[in-house]
Amino acid sequence: MQAEPTAPVLSLRGIVKTFPGVKALDGVRLDLFPGQVTALIGENGAGKSTIVKVLTGIYQPDEGQIMLDGRPVSFPGAQSAQKAGVTAIHQETVLFDELTVAENIFIGHAPRTRWGLIDRRAMRARAAEILRSIGASISPAARLRDLGIASRHLVAIARALSVDARVVIMDEPTAALSHKEIAELYELVETLKRQGKAILFISHKFDEIFRIADRWTVFRDGAFVGEGAMAGTSEAELVRLMVGRSVDQIYPKRPATIGAPVLTIAGYSHPTEFEDITFTLHAGEILGFYGLVGAGRSEVMQSLFGITRPSKGACRIEGQVRVLRTTAQAVDAGIVYVPEDRGAQGAVKGLPIFQNVTLPSLPRTSRAGFLRLAEEFKLAREYTQRLDLRAASLDQNIALLSGGNQQKVVIAKWLATKPRVIILDEPTKGIDIGSKAAVHDFMSELAGQGLAVIMVSSEIPEVLGMSDRVIVMREGRLAGEFTGAAMTPENLVRAAVGISQQEAA
Amino acid sequence: MTTTTAPRQIPNRLTSPAARALKSWESLLLVVAVAIFLMNAMASPYFLDPWNLSDASFNFTEEAMIAFAMAMLIVAGEIDLSVGAIIALASTAMGMAMSLGAGTPLIVLVGLGTGLLCGAFNGALVAGLGLPSIVVTIGTMSLFRGISYIVLGDAAFTGYPASFAWFGQGYVFWVITVELVIFTIAALVFGTLLHRTSFGRIVYAIGNNATAARFSGIRVDRIRFILFLLTGLMSGVAAVCLTSRLGSTRPSIATGFELEVVTIVVLGGVSILGGSGTILGVVLAAIVMGLVTFGLGLLNVPGIVMSIVVGALLIGVIAVPRLIFKLRT
Amino acid sequence: MTILKSREAILALAILALLAVIASRFPAFVTPGNLARVLTDTSPLILLALGQMTVILTKCIDLSVAANLALCGMVAALMDGMGVPLAVILPAVIVMGAALGAVNGLLVWKLGIPSIVVTLGTMTIYRGTIFLLTNGAWINAHQLSDPFKALPRMVVLGLPIMAWIAVAAVALLGLAVARLPLGRALYAVGGNPHAAGYAGISVGRTQFAAFVLAGALAGLTGYLWIARYAVAYVDIARGFELDVVAACVIGGIAIAGGAGTVGGAVMGALFLGIIKNALPVVGISPFWQMAISGSAILIAIAVNTLGRRDPGRIILKQAEART
Repeated sequence: MQAEPTAPVLSLRGIVKTFPGVKALDGVRLDLFPGQVTALIGENGAGKSTIVKVLTGIYQPDEGQIMLDGRPVSFPGAQSAQKAGVTAIHQETVLFDELTVAENIFIGHAPRTRWGLIDRRAMRARAAEILRSIGASISPAARLRDLGIASRHLVAIARALSVDARVVIMDEPTAALSHKEIAELYELVETLKRQGKAILFISHKFDEIFRIADRWTVFRDGAFVGEGAMAGTSEAELVRLMVGRSVDQIYPKRPATIGAPVLTIAGYSHPTEFEDITFTLHAGEILGFYGLVGAGRSEVMQSLFGITRPSKGACRIEGQVRVLRTTAQAVDAGIVYVPEDRGAQGAVKGLPIFQNVTLPSLPRTSRAGFLRLAEEFKLAREYTQRLDLRAASLDQNIALLSGGNQQKVVIAKWLATKPRVIILDEPTKGIDIGSKAAVHDFMSELAGQGLAVIMVSSEIPEVLGMSDRVIVMREGRLAGEFTGAAMTPENLVRAAVGISQQEAA
Repeated sequence: MTTTTAPRQIPNRLTSPAARALKSWESLLLVVAVAIFLMNAMASPYFLDPWNLSDASFNFTEEAMIAFAMAMLIVAGEIDLSVGAIIALASTAMGMAMSLGAGTPLIVLVGLGTGLLCGAFNGALVAGLGLPSIVVTIGTMSLFRGISYIVLGDAAFTGYPASFAWFGQGYVFWVITVELVIFTIAALVFGTLLHRTSFGRIVYAIGNNATAARFSGIRVDRIRFILFLLTGLMSGVAAVCLTSRLGSTRPSIATGFELEVVTIVVLGGVSILGGSGTILGVVLAAIVMGLVTFGLGLLNVPGIVMSIVVGALLIGVIAVPRLIFKLRT
Repeated sequence: MTILKSREAILALAILALLAVIASRFPAFVTPGNLARVLTDTSPLILLALGQMTVILTKCIDLSVAANLALCGMVAALMDGMGVPLAVILPAVIVMGAALGAVNGLLVWKLGIPSIVVTLGTMTIYRGTIFLLTNGAWINAHQLSDPFKALPRMVVLGLPIMAWIAVAAVALLGLAVARLPLGRALYAVGGNPHAAGYAGISVGRTQFAAFVLAGALAGLTGYLWIARYAVAYVDIARGFELDVVAACVIGGIAIAGGAGTVGGAVMGALFLGIIKNALPVVGISPFWQMAISGSAILIAIAVNTLGRRDPGRIILKQAEART
């Protein structure tokens, strides 16, 4: 619908950025045109976050040129990028709890009185104006800590628009939004396009990209692999460029014999997080938990693992009632948990691989409390090899591994405890395709050996491809259970968003 | 991300522990210790006298006993600034026991018990209630010493039994003092605990990432509590030694001890942010500090000037490597 | 907002209750004249607590403030002894205090050394330097010139200059924290250092600025202290840094950074100042003071931390309705 663009507002040529041991960007190019949405596509580790940081002045490229209106510029700091009209809505939370909404929007470039003080009145008026323009009914004087997630997101968007922006970068802007909020965001993108702003849109979701992008650019392993108009491409084409080969969507789920009940949860409730959670998990079964982000799935799993205490409800393992108040009790009971937040909760960065693996198994590898390194190496080798870990040595710091390999170490850590139930929370989020396949393959093998597996996932193909049975949660409650032919994308989504909402189908 | 194709069989180690040790902070400290030793020996003819050296050991033994426990606490990402105040309170309790007619064994037990109780109090607030240890122990630092002031005011306990003097003034044989023996035993026990047991491994895990440690089935708060208990106990031991050596208790006893202890620990290569450090490093740092203090003392340098050296040492040992790294890149 | 406001309200109520209890037995304590005396006496603590607050807001701590105070105070006394006029001494000690703060700030900013380590070190260095300057000698009242001693005690509009300086510092810092970009940056840097970088705010530079401010206030207070007590020696204000941190903690400044107000810091200081001044009045031995302020720190940190505790995610609809 857009005419072929005239000249790019912003172009990058031959950008190189290296970190110790890693070439994050290897001579990439990128063009952003006025009034157009360019989708930047690539796997995790392709260099998308790095290019955002180069564009916003957080990182300085080692080589290459940034051109604004065809003239070379440099962004030595975040302020200079803002002055040039490049602004970003970041993936991470970049807001400040103790400051007001208006202060959050204008921090770093607040209007001043002639005394050099912050002109609060002007700041609030302009903040109110911007908030109105994006349809947000938030008071500029409200303190950020009192706002919910969706409102915070709108504040982040308002902040990006508070500078006189010509280029707006949106880094996975819909990751934490509900359907309604996503629709509102699309409208906002259309508005920005009409105003002639150039938009860089980073997303993993192809439906989204095809809905709003005009052009695409693909990065792979820090290198540029192609660009073009959305009109002339297909999902399969983009995926092929992204991973460098065609990927079959077949999941390695092997049929397993489903055995006796292992874990029975009855009426699990928590004051604010979930209510009346009841289900049974069998040996050899992979039970999928699907729902929107924030539906309470992780919260339920963490209470099964002894992180948070349920206020009501009973947990039985192989018929025996178990109280799970601490993670140690959960591990003793045979329940282990592979967390979604690998960096903060999974890997003990700073410790070598083998020590990460043996951490919960120390009573077994030590004698009378004294360490036996030979036993530790043996145990670590056994389980990391089963997961096909790629590492220089077992003594290597886990922080130096890629995300996928860190995930393998975390899984190995738990398998070494010989659990009865393993809970995997978004097990393939943010890991490369090769590791993803290894994790899927291994999950299937474990179930085949009679382990009971719970997999929390927000990716429908993964849920449908790997699970024997799927439970859907919505707003802290069970919203449906599906097996066999009833396991369809439509049923899952409908249950996840609530049947009454027609837009679900 | 390393792009090298990994071998199917992952080796245990690429660098041998010996090679690693050679490049470590501890080797550097050892070189520094030897250098200072030689400088002292050249500067003063009195230095190499065994009795003088034995005397010099009092410059670090009491601080170092606590420093071992403190090192474990700091490795776990916590800190205890109340150790000097624990000494004051334990010493006051011992003085009270003495004035009530207790004999040496009971006095010692009261000292150790008070240390344990103080440690338990800190531990309960930090591990039980989840309060930040730096603020808690700044508070208990005032509280513990404050109780000593309430009890003693500007008075003092004196007249400890003669047999009590053994701990701080006695010799096991020849020039080897009782304190030196306690120091050596404490070094071995804490070294074994931190480096050879699962408990020590868990301490490192907590210091590197306490959340992930908890998500690995570890009772993080219980470990933290035990570490505060150990620090309290070692402060009790130091209180016995110091009170015995001075022969009296005033509420101002061991003022500023916490700073010397933390300095030894940091000088010993323990990261103040937690997660790394060794007991060997702490032992060497204690010896370096003792030698510096003793050497300056032989040169008649007043104590307060030595404290400048100690302060400069504390900043310098961290600043210089970072400065060199910065200038190089 | 409500939690933060109410925390200061609780502290204000606690101070009023404390005054009421004292007044019920000793009405003389709450006469304007005596309250003015308490305020004057607490002025050094207020001044240092203001500086410490800005440092703590940025996730740092400055344990060297008392040593900085003592060193600057001694230099002021020495300058006075050399016949330097007060009009030169005053700016000189402020600049010197700021420079000593800048040393801390540079080590934290440029070398990334944890502030607790830096200021533990500079604390002993600064205090040791006093000894190097004086060889441990005291400077007594008769060695100080009269104008030097008179300024802090000079009464203007019913309050000594010393108290007015504290009042002015509170007003200026209150304005600066609320209305200067640097003031807001303190909260940004402490609350979310990562995000501060995205907003173009340098974390290290902001921390540096906080250390310089804390140092300048310590330098100024150094002169006021020496002039008021008319004596200078190595051990002046030893251990005072703990009172300062205590005032901040009691005032609800979060030790993790990013939260706290000028009002809180001032009230924390006043709370300690009232207790210190009231003890002899109500007939409790001053030896109780240390234990009481220790207990106050523990209670304050427990109330603040437990009150701030994250209630967890609110997912259930009915739970959302309840809050």
